[in-house]
Amino acid sequence: MTNITLVEAVNQALAYEMAHDENVVVFGEDIARNGGVFRTTVGLVEKFGPRRVLDTPLAESMIGGIAIGMSAQGLKPVAEFQFMGFIYPAIDHILNQASRMRNRTRGRLSCPIVFRAPYGGGIHAPEHHSESTESIFAHIPGLRVVIPSSPARAYGLLLAAIRNPDPVVFLEPKRIYRWVKQEVLDDGNALPLDKCFVLREGSHITLITWGAMIKETLEAAEELSKKGIHAEIIDVATLKPIDYDTILQSVEKTGRCVIIHEAARHCGVGAEIAATIAEQGIFFLRAPIKRVTGYDTVMPYYKMEKCYLPSTHKITTTAQQLMEYA
Amino acid sequence: MPTHESPSIRLKTIAGFSIQYLQFMDHHGNLTQAIPNDITPETLLKLYRAMTLTRLFDTKAINLQRTGQMGTYPSCHGQEAIGAAIGLMMRKEDVFYPYYRDHATFLLRGTPMSDILTYWGGDERGSAFESQPDNQDFPICVPIADQCLHAAGGAFAFQYRNQKRVAVTTIGEGGTSQGDFYEAINLAGAWQLPVVFVVNNNQWAISTPIHAQTACKAIAQKAIAAGFEGIQVDGNDVIAMIHSMKYALDKAREGKGPTLIEAITYRICDHTTADDAKRYIPPKEFDAAFAFEPLKRLRAYLEKELGWDDTQEQAMLKELNDELQAIVKQFLERPKAAITDMFDYLYETLPEQFISQREELTAWNNIND
Ligand SMILES: Cc1ncc(C[n+]2csc(CCOP(=O)(O)OP(=O)(O)O)c2C)c(N)n1
Repeated sequence: MTNITLVEAVNQALAYEMAHDENVVVFGEDIARNGGVFRTTVGLVEKFGPRRVLDTPLAESMIGGIAIGMSAQGLKPVAEFQFMGFIYPAIDHILNQASRMRNRTRGRLSCPIVFRAPYGGGIHAPEHHSESTESIFAHIPGLRVVIPSSPARAYGLLLAAIRNPDPVVFLEPKRIYRWVKQEVLDDGNALPLDKCFVLREGSHITLITWGAMIKETLEAAEELSKKGIHAEIIDVATLKPIDYDTILQSVEKTGRCVIIHEAARHCGVGAEIAATIAEQGIFFLRAPIKRVTGYDTVMPYYKMEKCYLPSTHKITTTAQQLMEYA
Repeated sequence: MPTHESPSIRLKTIAGFSIQYLQFMDHHGNLTQAIPNDITPETLLKLYRAMTLTRLFDTKAINLQRTGQMGTYPSCHGQEAIGAAIGLMMRKEDVFYPYYRDHATFLLRGTPMSDILTYWGGDERGSAFESQPDNQDFPICVPIADQCLHAAGGAFAFQYRNQKRVAVTTIGEGGTSQGDFYEAINLAGAWQLPVVFVVNNNQWAISTPIHAQTACKAIAQKAIAAGFEGIQVDGNDVIAMIHSMKYALDKAREGKGPTLIEAITYRICDHTTADDAKRYIPPKEFDAAFAFEPLKRLRAYLEKELGWDDTQEQAMLKELNDELQAIVKQFLERPKAAITDMFDYLYETLPEQFISQREELTAWNNIND
């Protein structure tokens, strides 16, 4: 057991599953010889060979499309998009084909694919490299959407995603690719794809988030505890389906919640969570539901990205404001 | 289809194709054939100057990135002849749909190079071209191959209005694997659009070499499938580049349809400052490519044919370095953009719903400052 980063955990999960299931094939742009631009696939081609770890030509619609054909033949494609900003040419295949194949053929064919992509801002990247558009995918019926926010969860959730019989969009928060190191046992144990993770228990307020915003949310909880406010933190992790039992139990306990995400507010996944809390837990609430999110504007190029991203201070302040309700 | 096993099967040839290659100047700066009359010493000196400034600009830009004053930057080291030829030969009224390695083209189209630094410095104002209010060129295109379709659309507009204008677009050889590229060339052929596709074939798409990208013998042959002419050009020979650009632009302007120019070059640099080419390019191959780079051979030619000497070279370098210093100064001293810009250019009029978010942004930023 060693301490590894989120990048290394992704690598470890891919290697584990490739070693144990010869149907798993991994492909994308610059993933073999170069090991991926973030190095998530480093060493795989050396271990498993160029028939299973493939550098593709530069074409995302192709990457999405071949995954459909491969998966319907019983392969388990793990398709990498170099950045989430370049997944869109493949949306046709994800939305019109992968997510619908089982339903269209009434179970005769299915598409057990993992579509991987690094996403999110905060690393001073070029234009189109920093967006968080998870809600586009979460809106598509028939898909699962998973976002890990720690090395251990990346390992367990990626294994689960590869083993899952349906298509999974697996988004990796690149801002925290190398944020923390964690001991991750390479035991092949998957995590459930329909469970939230309670990262910190508290009785005063529930902070609900996912992806890289975990970092600021944990910092905010620390700040709040200094002020005597005990925040519970939920890492949603699976954005489709969402584990509402855990969320509602927490809100029942605390009576207050803030939903935090990097993505723009309008039709963000936060809106969906807020709506469900309102529908099923309105009587638990002692204060309005609040969202701390990115703004409804184009993700700014890097000079201004910091002003766009929700800050620790904004989360703390919002939580404190909610505590003022009796 | 081979017929030797079943000689009774007969096939007849209905069409045949070939791809032509153009070079005037080899890598020693020696002419491989006589250069066209319209290429004057002034033209070549202008190109030499622009390519040299581009080289200096690249070095400086990488340095700005390394010292934390700029973000990820794609150098065009060794590929300067392509951008310079495009920039010199296009007319002002033509429209450029660039990718991200076209610094020399911007330079010769009169776009302030400080804008290019502003752009890679993480600031959208770099695409505003504030000093050129009539400029219709597209901003640098990051999602690969989108620009090819935009150029086709622009070219349609010129054709529709009977304007003698040409759309020029650039793309890497890797980018020509994209559906959008194929769709654009197909349409350009079908509609005989006034558009020129210039492919910078620098042999690598990040770590992916051309042979892993395509089984084509030449990228130029992709134009054949689209029903129009594709030519392969020594992209490090600026004379061949300007000649083929002139040919393609004139042809498009006369309503004779599109051309694809495949410029053969080599990426003698990392893909961007975020990349390390040593991970995947064999050092021998990389080092060997320097012998073919475009500036060295042009200088050799100028020395031989026009008596270009060290005094002239030094004088030019001094001027260019001063020019570069002014560019960098302008970039570094540009006042910060207002954070509200992120809302103020989103729509022509910001919808009511988002006005409160604009206020929220300002309020929070004050707190953070
Ligand atoms: C649609 C899309 N996919 C992936 C990328 C990431 N990416 C940036 S440059 C590049 C390689 C481009 O190679 P090539 O087209 O040969 O041009 P070059 O950079 O070598 O000039 C890739 C994969 C992107 N920008 N856009």
